[in-house]
Amino acid sequence: MPTEVRSPAGPLLPPKAIGPAPIADIDAVFMSMFEEQRDRLYSSALRLTGRPADAEDLTAETFLRAYRSLCSFDYERLDTLQPRAWLSAILVNEWRNQLRTASRRPATVSSAAVGTPEPADPDAGVEERAEGSDDRRELAGMLLELPERQRVAVVLRYVVDLPIAQIAEVMGCPSGTVKSHISRGLDRLRPIGGPAVGRDPGPEGGPR
Amino acid sequence: MTDDDDRPVAGALSRMVERAPADLMDRIAAQWAYVEGPVEDVYVAFTTDGISSVVPASTVSGAEVFAAEFSRRFGRPLFRAARPPAGVEQALRSGRATGLRFDLHDLTTFEQAVLAAALQIPPGELRPYAWVAGQIDRPRAVRAVGTALGNNPVPVLIPCHRVIRSDGKLGQYGFGQEMKRRLLDGEGVDVDLVEAMVRGGAHYVGDASTRVVCMPTCHRVQATADGDRQAFASLDEARRGGFRPCSDCRPVGR
Repeated sequence: MPTEVRSPAGPLLPPKAIGPAPIADIDAVFMSMFEEQRDRLYSSALRLTGRPADAEDLTAETFLRAYRSLCSFDYERLDTLQPRAWLSAILVNEWRNQLRTASRRPATVSSAAVGTPEPADPDAGVEERAEGSDDRRELAGMLLELPERQRVAVVLRYVVDLPIAQIAEVMGCPSGTVKSHISRGLDRLRPIGGPAVGRDPGPEGGPR
Repeated sequence: MTDDDDRPVAGALSRMVERAPADLMDRIAAQWAYVEGPVEDVYVAFTTDGISSVVPASTVSGAEVFAAEFSRRFGRPLFRAARPPAGVEQALRSGRATGLRFDLHDLTTFEQAVLAAALQIPPGELRPYAWVAGQIDRPRAVRAVGTALGNNPVPVLIPCHRVIRSDGKLGQYGFGQEMKRRLLDGEGVDVDLVEAMVRGGAHYVGDASTRVVCMPTCHRVQATADGDRQAFASLDEARRGGFRPCSDCRPVGR
């Protein structure tokens, strides 16, 4: 029988690298991830869903799912993790699941949110609210009218600030497709301050 | 970098970052507190939705172990709370937790119904598993009731220790029969008396002076004078003797 060839006497994997990491370490990783990513994640949730309450639900659910996955990660997986892309992928999946569930339920019109102004965020700075808040609201409304995949691509690119290659991974399609989703998405977003062209307010959209 | 990135609308989008709500973490993490009780001290974990876990302190070796087990079981980070949720200390002292909010989302509706019924059993009283099954309109589901009570994530506060077997035996308890007996002793229940009565063939026990018939596990039986206790093998026998069923323990059967 041939003797098994072992690697030279160097240390085997340190014991900490085997099996799931202890909860204390998971918690530390999770908390720093939360601190760094929460605003970006919440903002993208807000741009996808259009409602602060839905965005908060979606963000909380995303972090919970992330935590549950982290619990089974070992150190190697923790070390190589790219939190921003990873969390975005969880968020987009969760949002799509919610859309699918909602579409099976009657009478949930997603565009109903478009005409509803967002309540002012009490935490946002005064200047921030004053500066171009109408434009922002308008842009946010137009984002909500983009087809699902264009909206995801645009939000991941500009709100989350992910590179094209990572967006392609999140969306499970080639980079070229991501680029064309983004291009077409941006085409549909009327230039800020530009003329209102051919936007059908829909049955419940416009003011009466 | 693509040409699209240079478009003004791209710049406007990238400035649309909002601050996440300040209380976002409350929706994600749970908190824990150590609460002293008359019989058992407990670790209590809770979220904004209510109390989700209670573990007798004597059954775990320290807060870290409790926290690690909680996080793995419930899939939430757990942080130390500044103080326990309002009313928990009082509920442990009085044995009544009906005013507390519990977060039992993760349970099935059947399990939730079982726990809601168990929550109504007053301190110092016992009910058989069959009684709980009757309360939730699932009279045949006695075994499933036992299982649901065994999985009670908030023991002591939701008093599954007050549910025992119809034959008067204590039945199982997640933290062992010895703790079940200790919790009941602490509430003034004479477990030996109940066991002795049932062993003697008393499936129902009447009070000869009030003409009320009870389950042997009812608090009224404990308060009845020894000379007034009258044993019945069936509820029919008691009815024929002019006894009416107790409105507290609501005896079931023939």
